[in-house]
Amino acid sequence: MKRVLIVVLTLAMAVAVLRAQAPTDPIRIGFIVPLSGPFAQNGRDILNGFLLLLDEVGYRAGGRQIQLIVEDDEAIPAQTLTKARKLVESDRVHLMAGTLLASSGYALAPYVDAQQIPMVFPVVSSDDLTQRRRSKWIVRTGWTSSQPNHAFGEYAYRTLGYRTVATIALDYAFGWESVGGFQRTFEAEGGRIVQKTWTPISVHDFAPYLAQIPRDVDAVYALFLGRAALQFMRQYAEYGLKGRVALIGSGTTTDEAVLISMGDEAIGTVTALQYSAALDTPDNRRFTTAFRRRYNKMASYYGESMYTGGKWVLAAIEAVGGRVEDRARLLEALRAAKPTGLPRGPVELDEYGNPIQNIYVRRVDRVNGELQNTVIATIPRVSQFWKFNPTEYLRLPLYSRRVVPAS
Amino acid sequence: MTYLITQSLNGLFSAALLFLIASGLTLAFGVMKIVNIAHGSFYMLGVYVAYTVVLRTGSLIAGALVAVVVVGVVGFVMQRVFLRRFGAEPLPQMMMTMGFALLFRDLALMIWGGDPFTLQYPAGLRASVEAGDVVFPSYRLFVIAVAALVAAALWLVNEKTLIGARLRATVDDPEMASAIGINVARLSGVVFAAGAALAAFGGVMGGPILGGYAGIDFDLLPLAFVVVIVGGMGSLKGALVGSIVVGMIDNFGKALVPELSYFTLFAPMILVLALKPTGLYGKG
Amino acid sequence: MAKGSRRASALRTDWRAGVLGALAIVLVVGPLVLDSYWIGLLTQIVILAILAMSLDILLGYTGLPSLGHAAFFGVAAYAVAVLSTTYRADFWTSVLAGVAMGTASAAAFGLIVAHVRDVYFLMITLALGMVLWGLSYRWIPVTGGDNGISGIPTLEAHAGLPVAGPLAFYYVTLLVCAGCAALMRTLVRSPFGLTLRGIRENEARMRSLGFNTWLHCYLSFVIAGAFASVAGVMWAYYNGFVSPTYLDLTASSELFLMVTLGGPATLVGPLLGAGAIVLLKNVMSAYTARWLLILGIVYIVAILAAPQGIWNLGGRRSAGPERT
Repeated sequence: MKRVLIVVLTLAMAVAVLRAQAPTDPIRIGFIVPLSGPFAQNGRDILNGFLLLLDEVGYRAGGRQIQLIVEDDEAIPAQTLTKARKLVESDRVHLMAGTLLASSGYALAPYVDAQQIPMVFPVVSSDDLTQRRRSKWIVRTGWTSSQPNHAFGEYAYRTLGYRTVATIALDYAFGWESVGGFQRTFEAEGGRIVQKTWTPISVHDFAPYLAQIPRDVDAVYALFLGRAALQFMRQYAEYGLKGRVALIGSGTTTDEAVLISMGDEAIGTVTALQYSAALDTPDNRRFTTAFRRRYNKMASYYGESMYTGGKWVLAAIEAVGGRVEDRARLLEALRAAKPTGLPRGPVELDEYGNPIQNIYVRRVDRVNGELQNTVIATIPRVSQFWKFNPTEYLRLPLYSRRVVPAS
Repeated sequence: MTYLITQSLNGLFSAALLFLIASGLTLAFGVMKIVNIAHGSFYMLGVYVAYTVVLRTGSLIAGALVAVVVVGVVGFVMQRVFLRRFGAEPLPQMMMTMGFALLFRDLALMIWGGDPFTLQYPAGLRASVEAGDVVFPSYRLFVIAVAALVAAALWLVNEKTLIGARLRATVDDPEMASAIGINVARLSGVVFAAGAALAAFGGVMGGPILGGYAGIDFDLLPLAFVVVIVGGMGSLKGALVGSIVVGMIDNFGKALVPELSYFTLFAPMILVLALKPTGLYGKG
Repeated sequence: MAKGSRRASALRTDWRAGVLGALAIVLVVGPLVLDSYWIGLLTQIVILAILAMSLDILLGYTGLPSLGHAAFFGVAAYAVAVLSTTYRADFWTSVLAGVAMGTASAAAFGLIVAHVRDVYFLMITLALGMVLWGLSYRWIPVTGGDNGISGIPTLEAHAGLPVAGPLAFYYVTLLVCAGCAALMRTLVRSPFGLTLRGIRENEARMRSLGFNTWLHCYLSFVIAGAFASVAGVMWAYYNGFVSPTYLDLTASSELFLMVTLGGPATLVGPLLGAGAIVLLKNVMSAYTARWLLILGIVYIVAILAAPQGIWNLGGRRSAGPERT
């Protein structure tokens, strides 16, 4: 029995090593997201958005069949790279899309450039990937972490009338860049960030941190995502801050993926992001209805991300007439594409490969028994550089834990 | 002063949850010398099962009951059918629990999906208690009380009942215990199941505040290990003292020195291990 | 009866020789016919084999189960990353510093852990691994935090080799692995190695015979850390980046499984274990999203069928650590 185990294992390995390559007729798109582990659901949502779109066009573009090859990177950068290698070198895909974590994005960028294969990043929001460390072959159709927060800082001062804010955010680049963006414009208007609290990424009990937040500020700005956002919202109310101090934040804090599990404690929270499932446009209504019908849940920014990203891919494939083998032309087409009918509204790419898009200020309301991010303001044509000249902007360092360049 | 009171109370709340998680782990080790890598998975399964029950019945108590029973059975089967095959060899058992941890993790993803959730508060415990400047959630106070009750109950069973005596005998000397007629195999299964049930109960108790999410199993596992090491493996008293020590140090550490947040948890553990490896109350 | 058992034992030895032969062929000649992705997977297996073998010295031969061994692997990798990117150091500086730093960490931590045994050793190494992981996360100016450090030059370019590409890198790695394996084999067969095995079997007796068991355990820890550092250096060059995930609990646990599934105290076993796990993870995940579930089941079945590891099947003269 034990010997059989050996033989079977050896055979399995042999078969795996000898498997043949796929034929080259369809357009092969490689897609990498986490499908196991803590980020599995987000990865699944991103994938689902893409699948929805591909279904709508019958898996065809530019006169050819589309074959989507999906790989799980487990949210581990070394695995992202391994899977990318498989897709590019073994499956011979024509272009790639995906990945979720910033660390995976940074790990993959040199490889994508070295292999000269176009890749679409629908979610990775590390500022520098389209700034100081930009990659020639990566097109971002999502956002940068500071992008909505630049707009939001100004909005918080001018429209919401806040003058003093305390921030609390996850202690890594996503947190620093989001808070940094907010702080820069908020303080440029004359506001003041009185205190910045950083929580470890593994936090699940916010009590030690909530106890330190001053009660006399105009608002608390919170940046969390996933289960941390859910826990934070619950505990914010637990410690008596709800109703006493207004809560604002970046969009992921009330993203639909976690909003559905929140309760009344979330109502009234104001956040900013380039999307809201409650955005009342025909394009978005069509998208959210289709998403809900197929996947039985509200579309979140993850779900929307690769629907829009997918539109980019399709538009580029059409523009090159299906001849995706010419990667340089495909990349050009990706950068030049201007797809319409996007759920989040009008989007175009800047010269650095990042979207210029609407930023929506949303407030959590309960409508028809369900919580949603009602859009209360739209700030149009926001780029990753806000109103700054790109060269001037890039001369200053990247937002980090301590450094927030004064404008 | 407000600060001190709030942080201390929260330290006790952390201790309460830690105790519920760690007590099962330390018992499993005491009786069977098993290092159970799947212990966090029991917590996770507890809160997930309770979630389903609460969705259907609206009652947190029902959720807790079902979760405790279901996870207890899972633990019992795991120990009797799989782990017991290796008798006193701890390493193969530990590795098997690693396999089970992966299995449970993916099963949970398959059955419940990966979206995070929190359990609803039990009726009447939603509000916060306010005394002067101090605001503290009443549910957390409830959890502290419940954990204290559980600790008392466990102590009673351990010290004053026959099964407790058998348990202590087996922890002390399994060969001798077997020689005088104690069914060590069945006792092991029961203890392992009880440990799993305790962890699941901890999951339900933590449910309204920490909730459940993909990855909670491995997030909480190091915490349980730290408590058991500090307190001494195999000792319930150690689990109690250990959880209070760790809970307090962790909370105050995070509040006073947030820069060292990652290390506040492991510092007491390393200290104890370097100085007295068997922990505060562990047997040599 | 005797004839039957002689045939049985001959058969047992035969299958091992056969597997070793096949393995040698695959490792030496295979890459010439495989595409670059598969060469990459083989490279991963070979690097992780060095790491797994290093843990085998500690776990298999000395009987000290470490759940934090990936930490030294990570320290070495980070050293290479920092030196080659921030300081633009040359190849030999980076490599030697990487190995030196990893070994130095092991030497420092060894002082704290070398007197601990069994499950307590497991726990303290787990804790130390997490501390180093926390450091890689928090010491942002140096380590880049969660983002890690990317932009490590390729080994071929950095070392100024006349050849480049996945095949060249693979053969360099294979050479390094063969060298490490030869060194480790010499070590475990030496009197020092035999003493380690003695300590594993019965430390009290070894002490009563006059051996300084603490010193032996300490040295074993440091040597294991040194070889782990070599693997870490290669891994940094292979991926071109470093990330805190190199040192976390998952990494150390997977490494532990490689050794115990493959067969502790054999050196070959861990190599097989590394191969099995890398292939299982990568090949399976191409076919099913439920690969993690299958992996868990495979672990359980493998432990049931071969509790002393695959290479120790059929009973061997030095099976892995007995009851501790």
